[in-house]
Amino acid sequence: MSATLAQPPSAAIRTPIGEFLRRFRRQHLALIALAVLLALVLSAVFAPWIAPYDPATPDYASVLDGPSAAHWLGTDAYGRDILSRIIWGGRVSLSVGFLSVALGGMVGIVIGLISGFFGGWLDGALMRLMDVLLAFPGIILAIGVVALLGPGIDNVIYSIAVFSVPVFARLVRGTTLALKQSLYVQAARSIGVGKMALMLRHILPGAMPGVIVYASLRLGTSILTAASLSFIGLGARPPSPEWGAMLADGRSFLGVADHLTLFPGLAIFVTVLAFNILGDGLRDALDQKLR
Amino acid sequence: MLVYLVRRLASTLPVLVVVSVFVFAFVHALPGDPARLEAGPEASPADIEAIRKDMGLDGPIWSQYLRWAGNTVQFRLGRSTKTRQPVAEVIGERFMPTLWLTVVAMIWATIVGVSIGVLSGVRRGRWQDRTVMVLAISGVSFPSFWMGLLLIDLFSVRLGWLPTGGYGTWKHFVMPGFTLGLAVAAVMARFTRSAFVEIMAEDYVRTARMKGVPERLVAWKHTLRNALIPVITLTGLQFGFLLGGAVVIETVFSWPGLGRLLVDSVSFRDYPVIQAVIMLFSLEFVLINLTVDVLYAVANPEIRLK
Repeated sequence: MSATLAQPPSAAIRTPIGEFLRRFRRQHLALIALAVLLALVLSAVFAPWIAPYDPATPDYASVLDGPSAAHWLGTDAYGRDILSRIIWGGRVSLSVGFLSVALGGMVGIVIGLISGFFGGWLDGALMRLMDVLLAFPGIILAIGVVALLGPGIDNVIYSIAVFSVPVFARLVRGTTLALKQSLYVQAARSIGVGKMALMLRHILPGAMPGVIVYASLRLGTSILTAASLSFIGLGARPPSPEWGAMLADGRSFLGVADHLTLFPGLAIFVTVLAFNILGDGLRDALDQKLR
Repeated sequence: MLVYLVRRLASTLPVLVVVSVFVFAFVHALPGDPARLEAGPEASPADIEAIRKDMGLDGPIWSQYLRWAGNTVQFRLGRSTKTRQPVAEVIGERFMPTLWLTVVAMIWATIVGVSIGVLSGVRRGRWQDRTVMVLAISGVSFPSFWMGLLLIDLFSVRLGWLPTGGYGTWKHFVMPGFTLGLAVAAVMARFTRSAFVEIMAEDYVRTARMKGVPERLVAWKHTLRNALIPVITLTGLQFGFLLGGAVVIETVFSWPGLGRLLVDSVSFRDYPVIQAVIMLFSLEFVLINLTVDVLYAVANPEIRLK
């Protein structure tokens, strides 16, 4: 007998996840982005141990100092260490991003599943509602919600979640419409699988790749929007080390102490860029058609 | 064409009605008595009651809505609670600066975005393409307010070439217009490139190449024309994005437009102004999309005949 026959058949079988990992590993930029994001998440989680100084304690002996050995990124108008504030600010920005996308994503997925699965007048009504939500430019909708609920970081999360909803709802509705007609869903239906199980166990997993790609891209957008809201004074309030609020604080010192705006701006840019590159890489690895 | 126009116009009405219900509900949910606000701090209870009747606030909720919607359509928008000026007057002064700012941003972003998108598509996979794509994804990720501050630092504080903010001469437009259009130019470049690459793979492009049409002509005549159709649609959507972006940019550059008015009004809880500005932004957005759809139908007979 030849040795080739004895080879295990598993090498020839490619699972979807294995195939995805194989393609994703070739996206070098996306891998770098993922590493940057992991580092950011870790530094935010372990902020109390990593940050060299307290982010809120003023030190009037060293006000508006440029970068030095004691303060790597310099100090602000109250002598607070900018590096420490950026590390703590990562907690604010990342949690606003994750929470708002999780909230908006969940509501959007439920609406999309119901809309696509049941169709009819319900679908029509829900989709018109989504059209209206999309008709508001995102940040104006967010300002409207903040105007109603008052400024503050919790309300920023809700207001940004609201305009993530239609994005996910439309995506999931489209996939649901396509998968509803697919052979395996028809087969499951024919052996008497219930509606809930059809939606959650058979259709939803098929929609997840798209959801993951959109989630990564929305995270970038949400963090950017939250920083914008804080910058115009409707998000996190000044003592909070939020990146957008730090830029607003540093505004009065342009030309005098540029590090006040340079480093928080860089933090926002790098984070948003990493989420966008990761999203693009995930999309390319999950579906080559979308290129 | 006329039939299409009427049908399309009719389909925007429900959207506006729903938006207006939201805005009405939003103001209704607010704490405080509008009649008391309107009357001022020294009014007697009898005066407030009279104003309540006068404003129609004693009727059922649907009649209040209809009354409010009727007033809004006729631009009777009430008074600013902060300055006591009629709201229509306040937003009238702020309307044009925002419109001009978005138009300037849109024009440069479209020209630059589409051009480098085409360049990228033609040189797909080469260094030009990769450079443009890196620039484009960076442009989408760049916080506009940071860009604004960097430009002010360089061109106003250090070089003294341009004013830090305000409104008046062409010099005032340079930095805000550039900053506002940046993300849109990046989105346009990415989108034009992918539309272009898609069309390049079509059979008729291959046929044109096969019969010996020069590559330059294939790109500019056969491909670009068809790639532009989805780009027109995107332009409409991006206008909405620009209107939103204007809120932030106007704050950075002290631009006397609707966006800064909205931000200031939120800080002062000036609800009649907030309500009117949000309505106006939605109206502008809906009208721009309508215009784009009509242009689209003019360019593409398939749609208006459907």
